[in-house]
Amino acid sequence: MNLAPALETPSATEESLRRLRDAAATLGRPAKFMEVCGTHTMSAFRSGLHSLMPNNVTLLSGPGCPVCVTSQGDIDQLIELARRPGITLCTYGDMLRVMGSEGSLEQARGEGADVRVVYSSLDAVALAAADRHRNVVFAAVGFETTTPASAAAVEQARQLGLENFSILASHKLIIPAMRALLESGDVRVDGFMCPGHVSVIIGAAAFEPIVRQYHKPCVIAGFEGPQIAAALARLTELVSQGRPALENLYSQAVTEEGNLAAQAITDRVFMPADWHWRGLGELKGSGLTLRPEYAQYDARVRFSLGTPQGKEAPGCRCGEVITGRVTPVECTLFGTACTPVRAIGPCMVSSEGTCQAWFKYKRLTKTAKTRSVARD
Amino acid sequence: MIDLYETKTSSANQAVGQRISLAHGGGGQLTDELVASCVLPRLDNCVLSQLLDSALFRGAERLALTIDSYVVKPLKFPGGDIGRLAICGTVNDLAVCGATPLAIALSLILTEGLERRVLEEVMDSLAAAALEARVSIVTGDTKVVGRGQGDGIYITTAGVGAAGTHKLHPDEVRPGDALIVSGPIADHGMAVMLAREMPQVQSVLKSDVAPLNEMIERLLERVPGVVFLRDPTRGGLSGVVADLANRTGLHITLEEQDIPIRPETWHVADMLGVDPLDVANEGKILAVVRPDAAEAALAALRQDAHGKDARIIGQVNDARDGVCELHTKMGGRRVLQKPYGEQLPRIC
Repeated sequence: MNLAPALETPSATEESLRRLRDAAATLGRPAKFMEVCGTHTMSAFRSGLHSLMPNNVTLLSGPGCPVCVTSQGDIDQLIELARRPGITLCTYGDMLRVMGSEGSLEQARGEGADVRVVYSSLDAVALAAADRHRNVVFAAVGFETTTPASAAAVEQARQLGLENFSILASHKLIIPAMRALLESGDVRVDGFMCPGHVSVIIGAAAFEPIVRQYHKPCVIAGFEGPQIAAALARLTELVSQGRPALENLYSQAVTEEGNLAAQAITDRVFMPADWHWRGLGELKGSGLTLRPEYAQYDARVRFSLGTPQGKEAPGCRCGEVITGRVTPVECTLFGTACTPVRAIGPCMVSSEGTCQAWFKYKRLTKTAKTRSVARD
Repeated sequence: MIDLYETKTSSANQAVGQRISLAHGGGGQLTDELVASCVLPRLDNCVLSQLLDSALFRGAERLALTIDSYVVKPLKFPGGDIGRLAICGTVNDLAVCGATPLAIALSLILTEGLERRVLEEVMDSLAAAALEARVSIVTGDTKVVGRGQGDGIYITTAGVGAAGTHKLHPDEVRPGDALIVSGPIADHGMAVMLAREMPQVQSVLKSDVAPLNEMIERLLERVPGVVFLRDPTRGGLSGVVADLANRTGLHITLEEQDIPIRPETWHVADMLGVDPLDVANEGKILAVVRPDAAEAALAALRQDAHGKDARIIGQVNDARDGVCELHTKMGGRRVLQKPYGEQLPRIC
């Protein structure tokens, strides 16, 4: 999946880092950027990028991890369904350990609930087709990247005439979340590193309004450490030049208009709805719900679940973490009550979550820095 | 040393402890916690508490003893099957402790309804692996459980070996020592995960499952400077090296650019959202050797088909923080920790 071989060479990376340092020095003030993509979060940590950044540049992890922004109410509904006899709940792996208000899907599975990890929404449809006496519910979670797959599953279920397949949709849209962050006023962000996968679907042009209305530069980046370094350098340059612009550094995969077929299938099956985000609260038009003509595939309708409640775990500051208002270490649960082994908040559960990334990778950056300072 | 596990458990989390979950079998921190809380306190003795891959104890002569269970799904995967795995895993656990495998005890748990043909294939493969490893199965047991109580075939093998004279132990590891891996990592775990989760995907990726006793015997015979060996199975290279740093209290650095990985393995790991450093190997060893013995160790390993791609990947430093640090390809730094438990693929 080496889509940017040119950026893989050490010299290109060194060049990006040099540009980043130069722009940061020219800027002469602290700059905070935010990525809104769980893969960027992990890749930045895995490549050790944070340990290479100038002191006045910070890369925050925003609401880009689908697990992390799923509200406890959504998780509670999934668990409630999974516990009902005769229901098989299919989910992507990341959702398994997220705590609802009483336990997780993993615990429910341990207690006998039929919970299965799938890699594709179509695997859930195949399961329903293979045993029509079993009610199969698919936990449809994620941003614009996974939504077309959920829509395809619903359409396939209709084509196959499956009456035992439904989805519990918690799909979310990234642009409304970025707007909400900028409008909340208490989050100061100098620019956005825009997600590669999501941009493949929605297209580069979708970020135009963020640049136009809020005067924040947006740079679309690929997923490898060097590509993220290049995007960070570009963002810092744009800010230091006072140029809020939209730039696409992942043009190998991202076009101006995006994937029109994926947009069309999403639009046929889903329509926008107000949705509750963990940490951000209810955001207007930020989620997707099934259109009325697909209501029979809506698990909330079929099993009379109603609208999920927006609840949060007491003491957990994941909401503030994903909006960049606090860093994980500022949460009293971090690293003590909340660890990857016994996670309380979703940001610690997901391998893409900011807290898990900090826990797993950030410690050294600190100790190593302390040590090198001590040696100097 | 960093205390990773200090916990103030919430009521919801206490419920996690009441039942065994699949993550308890992942070979990660949760497995450690389960063994430490439920198994060791009841069965502890000075041999078992060393928690080495084989127990070394005095009998008629100095012996090594090890036991392992195999529950892999699917039973057959590219590059091997549960039968080959059951021999290689146990033979390798003996070999990395410097022991020469002498005999294996075999226990089979079969599920009602299993096709006889499947069992025969697995037994053929098991016998071939035993021949390759020059070890005999000397005793065994077979049980069948009802439909729904098992999953085809579960195998347990216990191996006994003649302990060598070479002292291989974390206590022997010193600052300056070099870390060597005997070949490309993560092939087994990714091949199995791909076969299990995405059987429709065609890949040239194969498990590396192989008996390594011959390669290890040659290494130990020729290179006196080998101080510690381990096979990075569940938990992968991260698990083994993080454990070693923790156990020795020394700071270990690994160079990402020197860690061998096949492109196909890297692609599958990337697709499934898994860190290859966390993924199981079944035909690789991690060797810690004195700095002046590193080149000789590489040469000895490279003479064997299973070690031809051996590389020096890192070294032991004198800082006493028990941390394993990875120098990334980009020139950054990060901590390597033992993975949590069951590998969960991510959403996008």
